[in-house]
Amino acid sequence: MVTAPPLTPTFLLGLTALAVLTYDSVWPDSTDGSVLTGISVVGSLASLAAAGWFLTAGTGLATDGVSLYADAVVVDGMSLFFTALFAAVTILVSLASFDYFAGKENQGELFGLMLLAATGMSLIASANSLATAFVALELVSLPSYALVAFLKNDRGSSEAGLKYFLIGALSSAIFVFGVSLIYAATGSLLLPDIAAAFESGLGDRVGIAGVGVLMVAGGVAFKAAAVPFHFWAPEAYEGAPAPVSAFLSSASKAAGFALGFRVFVVGFPLGPAASAGIDWALLFQVLAVATMVLGNFAAATQDEVKRMLAYSSIGHAGYVLIGLAALSAEAATNGDVMGAAMAHLFVYGFMNTGAFLFVALAENWGVGRRFEDYNGLGAEKPFAAVAMTAFLFSLAGVPPLGGFFSKLFLFAGAVEAGLWWLVVIAVINSSLSLFYYSRVVRALWFEEGEHDLSGAPTALYAALAVALVGTVLLLPGFGPVIETAQEAATALFA
Amino acid sequence: MIIETLIGFTFVAALLTFLVPDEVANRVGAALSLVPLVGTLWMWTQFDGSGNALTGGTLAFETQFDLFALSGYQVQWFTGLDGISLPLVVLTAFLTTLAIVSAWTPIDSRQSQFYGLMLFMEANLLGMFTALDFFVWFVFWEATLLPMYFLIGVWGGPRRKYAAIKFFVYTNVASLLMFVGFVALTFGGLGDSIDTLSLPEVAMALDAGGNVSSFMGLAPGTLKLVAFLAMFVGFAVKVPVAPLHTWLPDAHVEAPTPASVMLAGVLLKMGTYAMLRFNFTMLPDVASDLAILIAALGAFSVIYGAILALAQEDLKRIVAYSSVSSMGYVLLGLIAFTEFGVAGATFQMIAHGLISGLMFMAVGVIYNTTHTRMVGDMSGLADRMPVTVGIFVAGAFGYMGLPLMAGFAGEYFIFVGSFHSTVIPSAPLFTAAAMFGIVIVAGYLLLAMQRTLFGPFSLDADYEVGAAPFHDVAPLAVLLLAVIALGVAPDLFFDMILNAIAPLVGGGA
Repeated sequence: MVTAPPLTPTFLLGLTALAVLTYDSVWPDSTDGSVLTGISVVGSLASLAAAGWFLTAGTGLATDGVSLYADAVVVDGMSLFFTALFAAVTILVSLASFDYFAGKENQGELFGLMLLAATGMSLIASANSLATAFVALELVSLPSYALVAFLKNDRGSSEAGLKYFLIGALSSAIFVFGVSLIYAATGSLLLPDIAAAFESGLGDRVGIAGVGVLMVAGGVAFKAAAVPFHFWAPEAYEGAPAPVSAFLSSASKAAGFALGFRVFVVGFPLGPAASAGIDWALLFQVLAVATMVLGNFAAATQDEVKRMLAYSSIGHAGYVLIGLAALSAEAATNGDVMGAAMAHLFVYGFMNTGAFLFVALAENWGVGRRFEDYNGLGAEKPFAAVAMTAFLFSLAGVPPLGGFFSKLFLFAGAVEAGLWWLVVIAVINSSLSLFYYSRVVRALWFEEGEHDLSGAPTALYAALAVALVGTVLLLPGFGPVIETAQEAATALFA
Repeated sequence: MIIETLIGFTFVAALLTFLVPDEVANRVGAALSLVPLVGTLWMWTQFDGSGNALTGGTLAFETQFDLFALSGYQVQWFTGLDGISLPLVVLTAFLTTLAIVSAWTPIDSRQSQFYGLMLFMEANLLGMFTALDFFVWFVFWEATLLPMYFLIGVWGGPRRKYAAIKFFVYTNVASLLMFVGFVALTFGGLGDSIDTLSLPEVAMALDAGGNVSSFMGLAPGTLKLVAFLAMFVGFAVKVPVAPLHTWLPDAHVEAPTPASVMLAGVLLKMGTYAMLRFNFTMLPDVASDLAILIAALGAFSVIYGAILALAQEDLKRIVAYSSVSSMGYVLLGLIAFTEFGVAGATFQMIAHGLISGLMFMAVGVIYNTTHTRMVGDMSGLADRMPVTVGIFVAGAFGYMGLPLMAGFAGEYFIFVGSFHSTVIPSAPLFTAAAMFGIVIVAGYLLLAMQRTLFGPFSLDADYEVGAAPFHDVAPLAVLLLAVIALGVAPDLFFDMILNAIAPLVGGGA
C-alpha cells in the first residue's frame, strides 16, 4: 500500500508554485498566461483532491491528528478542511486571472505569488506552534502585499499595496510581540505545551500572558479583516486587481480564522484562561458585534460595488467571529458552533469569490465601478448576471441558497450556547445586508442601461460557472460540508 | 418518485427555457409546462390517499429519506399528497400553463427569462405544496418569492421597482416572523420529544398534549400563543388579511398580467394553505381561544376589501381588492372548525384561484387591446370584443357567487359551515356580516361592467380596437370551463377535501 505524506495537499500547492516559477524563469518574457493558468489550476485541483481524499478516507480525523516535525505541524480534519477551501478558491482565482491579466507582463510572478500565499494559508491551518504560525502568516502576507500592488502603473493599486503593507507590518509586529510574551509566560511555543502551562496555572505571569493573548488576537483580526485591524481591507480590496481582491477576501480571511480557531482553542483553553481572568470569548463577542455592525452599516452607504463588497466582507468576518465568541468552557456545543463558522467560511469561499469575479468581469468589459454603471447588464449578459444574483442573495442569506444554511447553523449554534443577544444583532445586520446587496440586483435587472460590451472572456466565465455550481450545489450538498466541519471542530476540543 | 420527477423536470425546463432564444421562448415555455400539468392530472386520477397528511393519514405518492442533521433534528426529504394538497398542486400546474399562454401577447422583451422564471416559480410552488418536512417546505416557500420579485421588477408597470421591493420586504419579514414562531415552538417548546422536523411528527407531538415545555421564561400555554400569533401574522401577510394587505394592490397593479394571475391564483393560497397546516392543524386549541378575533378579522377583510374595491377606478385594482375580500371568506371558513367550514375554505382556495386568475387575465386581454384599465376611459367594449367581454361577464358572475359556478359552491359551503360553528361565538352574526360582502361585490362588479363594457363604444384612441387574438382568448375560455365544471360538480375535489379535513374538525355540524 502506498502511503502519501500527511502534508501532501500543502506540498502540492508549494510544488505548483515552484513549477510556475520554473516555467517563468525559462520563458520570462512570455505574456501568454495559458500554460501558467494550466499549471496553477491543475496543481490546485490536485491539492483539493488530495485534501478531499484524506478527509473522506478519515486520515487525520483521529482526535489528535497527525503531528509532524517535532509537533510543529499537525494535520487533522480542520487543516484539511481549510486546505480544501484554499485550493478551491485558488482554482477559481487562477482561472479568472487568465483573462483579467491577459497580455500583461510578469504573469509568472502573479501566479507564483498567489500559489505561495495559498501554500502559506494551508500551513497556517496546520500550524501547531506559534513559530510555525508566524512564519506561515508571513508567507501569506508578503506575497499578498505584492499581489495587491501588482498593477504597478495603476495609482490605486500601488497605493492600496502600500497601505496594506504598512498596516500589515504593524500587525505582524504586534503578533510576534504577543508570541514572545506568551513564550515568556509559558516557556513554550508549541500550542499543546502552552495549553498545559495554562492548565497548571500561570501564577504571577498571568498579566504577561493576558497581554500576549490580546496581541495574538490582534494578528488574527488583521488577517480576518475584523475590527480593530479592518481599515486596510476596503482600500486594499478596492485598489487591488479584482481577482486578487477575491483571493484576499475569501482565502486570506479564512486563513486568519484558521489561525484564530487553532491557536485559541488548542493553545489557550478557555476554562483555565477564563478563570485566570483572560476571558477571550468575551473579547471576541465584542469584536464580533463591532465588526458586523461596522461592516454592514458602512457597506450600506457605498456608491461603488467593489467597495460595498469589501465592507460586506468585513461584516461576514463579524458573523464568523461568532464561532469563537460563542465558545464556553467545557460546553458540548463548542464543536457545533465552530464547525458552523468553518462551514460558513467554506460557502463564503464560493459566493464571495464569485461576486468579486463578476466585478473582475465588469472591469474586463470596461464597465464602470458604481452601482449605476451596472444598469441593464442582466439583459445584455444574462448568464453572468444570474450568477451574480445568486452570489448576492446567497451572501445576504436568502433562504434557498447556501449562505442561508451556513448562517442558520451558525446562529442556531450561538443560540444553543445562550448568546441570544448576539444572534439578534446578527439577524438585524443580515437583514440590513439584503438592502445593499439587492441594490446591485436592481441595477442588473430592473434598470435600463446601454453598454458596449465586446469580447467573451471564456476563462472568467468558466470561473464564474464553477463558483455558481459550488454555490448552488451547496444547497443539496450542505449536509456533508457541515458534518465534516463540525466533526473536525469537535476534534479540536477533545 | 413522481412528485420528485415533476419538480426536477420543471427546474430543468426552467433552465432550458432560460437558454433558448427569445423568439421561441413562449412556445418552448408553454410546451414544457404541459409536462407537469399532465403529470399532476395523472396523479389526480391515481390519487389513493386518505385522511389528513399531518394526523397520520395515508399519503399518496410518498417519498421519505434523510438529508442531514440540524442541531439534533433530522432533516428529511419528505413529500406526499393528501386531499388538501392535491387540488392545490393541480391548480398550480393548470394556472401556470394558462398564464404562460396568456403572456404571449403582453410580454415583448426578454421572453426567455420571463418564461424561465415562470417555470422556476412553478417548480418551487409544486415543492411547497408537496413538502412535509418543515425545512424543505421553508426552502421552497422562500424560493417562490424570488421569481415573483423579478417578474414584477423587470416586466412590471411604471412603479415596478417600488412594488417589487415592497412585495419582497413585506413577505420576507413575514416569513422571518413565521420562522421564529415555528422554531420557538419546536426547538424551544417540544425540545427532545421530536427528533425530526417533519410536519406530521410535529403536529402529532403537539396533539398528544402535555409535552410542550416552557421556554425562555414563557409558560407552555403562553409559548403556544406566541408561536401561534407569530405564524398567524406571518401567513396573514401572504393571504393577505386586512390590515396587512397594503403590499397587494401595488404588486398587482404593477405586475404584468401573467404574474398577477399567478400571484392571485396560487401565491395567495400559500398563506391560507400554511395557516390550515400550521395554525389550525397544529394548534387548534389556541385557534379556538382566539376564534372571535380571527372570525372578526375574516369578516373585516371581506367587508373592507369589498368597500375598497368599490372606490377604485382601475379595473386591475378592483380585482386586486376583491381578492382581499374573497380570502376573508377562507379565513372565516377555517376558523369555523366545522366540516363544511374548513372543507369549504379549502374548496374556495381552488375556486378563487381559478376565478381571480380568469378576472386578471380578462383585464389583461382588455388592456392589451385598449392600453388602458381605467373605468372612466372606455365604454361599450362589448361591441368590439364580444367573446372576451362575454367571458369577463361570466367570470364576474362567478365572483358574485352565481350558482353552478365554483365561487358559489365555495362560498355556500363556507356560509353553511360558519353558520353552524360552535367555535366562533355568535357565529350567525359573523356569517351574516360576511354574507353582506357579496352584495358589495355585486355592486362594484356590476357598476364597473356597466360603465366599461356596455353602452355605445367610446375610447379616446388613435389605434384600432378589435377582437383579441385566439391565444389570448383560449386560456380565458378554458378557465371559464373549469370554473363551471367545479361549480356543477364540486365533488371533483370536495370529496377528497372532506376526507382530508375530517380529523381536524369538531366544532359542530
